[in-house]
Amino acid sequence: MTLLTVNDLWVRFPTRQGIFAAVRGISFELGQERLGIVGESGSGKSMTGRSILQLIRKPGQVQAAEISFQGRNLLDLSEREMRSVRGNEISMVMQDPKFSLNPVMTIGAQLMEAYLQHNRDNRQSARKKCIEMLNAVSLRDPERVMNAYPHEMSGGMGQRIMIAMMLIPDPKILIADEPTSALDVSVQRQVLSIMDKLVRDRGMGLIFISHDLNLVAEFCDRVLIMYAGRIVESCLASKLHEAKHPYTRGLLNALPRLDNPRAHLEVLQRQDDWMHAPLEQTQ
Amino acid sequence: MVSVTSQTEEGRKPAPFPPWLRSTLATLGSITATLLGLLLVTFVIGRVMPIDPVLAIVGERASQETYDAVYHQLGLDKPLMVQFFYYLWDVVHGDFGNSLLTARPVSQDIARVFPATMELATLGVVIGMLLGIPMGVLSAVHRGTWVDQTIRVLTLVGYSMPIFWLGMMGLLLFYGILGWVGGPGRLDIFFEGLVPSVTGMVLVDALLAGDMDVFWNGFFHLILPASLLGYYSLAYISRMTRSFMLEQLSAEYITTARVKGLSERQVIWGHAFKNIRVQLVTVIALSYANLLEGSVLTEIIFSWPGIGSYITTALLSADMNAVLGGTVVVGLIFICLNILSDLLYKIFDPRAK
Amino acid sequence: MSEQTLKQWLLSDAPASRMQARVAGLYQGWLRLTSNWMTLTGLLILTALVLIAACAPLLAPHDPFDQDLLNRLKPIGFDDHYLGTDSLGRDILSRLIYGSRITLYIVALVTLIAPVVGLLVGTVAGYLGGWADQILMRTTDVFLAFPRLVLALAFVAALGPGIENAVLAISLTAWPPYARMARAETLTIRSSEFIAAIRLQGAGPLRIITRHIWPLCISSLIVRVTLDMAGIILAAAGLGFLGLGAQPPSPEWGAMISEGRRFILDHWWVATIPGLAIFTVSLAFNLLGDGLRDVLDPKDGGHG
Ligand SMILES: Nc1ncnc2c1ncn2[C@@H]1O[C@H](COP(=O)(O)OP(=O)(O)O)[C@@H](O)[C@H]1O
Ligand SMILES: [Mg+2]
Repeated sequence: MTLLTVNDLWVRFPTRQGIFAAVRGISFELGQERLGIVGESGSGKSMTGRSILQLIRKPGQVQAAEISFQGRNLLDLSEREMRSVRGNEISMVMQDPKFSLNPVMTIGAQLMEAYLQHNRDNRQSARKKCIEMLNAVSLRDPERVMNAYPHEMSGGMGQRIMIAMMLIPDPKILIADEPTSALDVSVQRQVLSIMDKLVRDRGMGLIFISHDLNLVAEFCDRVLIMYAGRIVESCLASKLHEAKHPYTRGLLNALPRLDNPRAHLEVLQRQDDWMHAPLEQTQ
Repeated sequence: MVSVTSQTEEGRKPAPFPPWLRSTLATLGSITATLLGLLLVTFVIGRVMPIDPVLAIVGERASQETYDAVYHQLGLDKPLMVQFFYYLWDVVHGDFGNSLLTARPVSQDIARVFPATMELATLGVVIGMLLGIPMGVLSAVHRGTWVDQTIRVLTLVGYSMPIFWLGMMGLLLFYGILGWVGGPGRLDIFFEGLVPSVTGMVLVDALLAGDMDVFWNGFFHLILPASLLGYYSLAYISRMTRSFMLEQLSAEYITTARVKGLSERQVIWGHAFKNIRVQLVTVIALSYANLLEGSVLTEIIFSWPGIGSYITTALLSADMNAVLGGTVVVGLIFICLNILSDLLYKIFDPRAK
Repeated sequence: MSEQTLKQWLLSDAPASRMQARVAGLYQGWLRLTSNWMTLTGLLILTALVLIAACAPLLAPHDPFDQDLLNRLKPIGFDDHYLGTDSLGRDILSRLIYGSRITLYIVALVTLIAPVVGLLVGTVAGYLGGWADQILMRTTDVFLAFPRLVLALAFVAALGPGIENAVLAISLTAWPPYARMARAETLTIRSSEFIAAIRLQGAGPLRIITRHIWPLCISSLIVRVTLDMAGIILAAAGLGFLGLGAQPPSPEWGAMISEGRRFILDHWWVATIPGLAIFTVSLAFNLLGDGLRDVLDPKDGGHG
């Protein structure tokens, strides 16, 4: 079942040098699956994620033939209707919990707010719900966490809190924008497994944005490779090593591999025509 | 905590105080140093004055013996260090000497005039806050639009007005031409002395006595100077609010709030604004201090019997004890407000604990 | 170079020399500064002020000190007194024009004293560190602990009224923020690699401070001075108004307001017009300072 359809999406920024297109006409679909978006920094991954939620700040402009969620075109919704989609239907986890949690509100208050925004409920049962959710992301001592402030949490705890907060209204789609890039390597996998489990148990769709090809290959079903605002390749995660596009091959060759050690890692050579080449399908 | 430090760091003497006490002592030390410096400055100003303090007391025609006696009595024959010590001793005991003009102790005079200034500055800062904060938030939210531009011009104009001139224009327009407000002074003459002075603030005293006529009369006298001071502090408060808000609005947690599906109003007031409250407390304390200063010139225009009028009148009649006493008191209040805002910061910011 | 226009050379993305980079940087800053109508207005007003002050004898229709008791307190547009006359029958417009010289004089003197003192104190404190730093910065804190106008009043009381003393008093209250700024800059510069290199070459503290640290502090100091200028003008006007600044018959604007105050209800223009002049000039400085801050700190600017 298709949850989300994106068709010919453009994101543009007016700059001093003229109009800069950060995302240049990309199209993709998302079902109840885990879709990875990979690409180097600045390739437009975050802008893609944010434009689905219509959270591109002025002066940026979003234009698309279609961004539809379960058959409803989000582009036609009023700001008010869009607000009931955000959080409730489509949610997003951002890179660094140190910045993405409000520093002067208790974690409990922020969780309760996320829940009560979309659910009519009294505070006691909302609180119970939040504590359940904190348990679900395997945080110890959730009562204490509820009353704590974000700066009292470690990065891994913070990101699990973010995941709990974003999943509490029971959305259908979670966009995770480099959710582990700011974390210690030691907790990255733990956080990802928690997120992965929750997403699968609830039958959600996941868009996992990352620059780490290994992680994406491990945690996703399908991968989109972005370069300079375009999708240059789209393939199944299991068939990633069969990818054809030179950019993907370059990315793969630039990774160290335990099973196939090499004396030199290759340096990625970029070519101008990748920016204009039509999309190659490898499925 | 202390023992842990002494065990792990060999060769270092164990710290005699826990860290919080150390930092408190350090703060107290720096406050004391600032206070001493403040008194040193006023002391020096008092010494380099072209006015002879003895002549000011004994008069031009006193005999040499009387002059010498007073000279000795004032301790002027002692070394400067000793004189400064006497000065400190007196100030610590609340003794600023007698005023030449009123022939009363300066401390009594100040206690009498101070509530008038406080009443004026307080209402001023309340007006500045009530208007300035929403204006600052508004111009941050609508950054770059005509709303922002208008508010910006309005605040720049506020910064640029000579406040005494603005007061005169206000009197001319609202009192002289339109007759909407009371004129100079705190009350019309026939309302004076009707209610007993308890706090020294007319509005409060009138309320305590339950005399609404006096209250409204006092209000109509107060509202114009307070509004002008309010405009003055509005410029500062809204400017700072705007820049604090801009910083917060570009923060990542604001995106989180939007992702949750919150409305713009919730995002702005429920999230961004919560983060600038602590900073705003500092700004408000500072603008209150600035208003004490702004009131010097305003009080003269409005014949307002506050500390500003007191200092300037004393200045023009070479009443040095009064000038220096007033300066020390205003300086003290300045320092206290600064300490207070630091303290509030520590109390209200969860990160500072 | 010959195929390029000067403009292209200035706006080039790839400057060919250090000189080009520097000039181009200045030029682009200038473009940003003048692209804002508010800043431009400020700049124009200040240019006009300087011109008026320079050409005062040519522009003034009357002698600013010439009394004419028969024509006292004449309204705006009376005869050839375009802005009326004051209580001694002197032409207000002419006094205003000559007063601009006093305003500029005050501004110039304060800018010569306060930032220099601040720079000295701040760099010495920052460079030497230790006890010197402690003592100098404590002193700075003491001066910051006073409200400026009240301290200036006390100083004038000690020094006696007069325009030079007013300038001195204002400067004495204006230097501490500059000292703090210069100290902060010095601390960052002092620990940089290139100062270490210069020290290795055998340069002494005096040479390092005067040749290497001061030049780097100056640009931020200039912005700060521009921003403070309006406050300085207002303080000077306030002292003049209280009779502690410029003395009669000097056409200082604050003193003119003070003279006109007695007649405010019947002859409003006598006090209103000099006030407008003060307001215009201090607004101009504020507009310019605001624009300068935008150019140097774009994240706080108001133009998206
Ligand atoms: N406000 C903006 N103005 C101009 N360009 C922007 C703006 N925000 C983002 N961009 C550009 O959009 C491009 C894509 O950014 P982003 O989606 O964040 O990349 P990433 O793939 O690293 O997440 C980048 O090249 C960035 O420079
Ligand atoms: Mg990104």
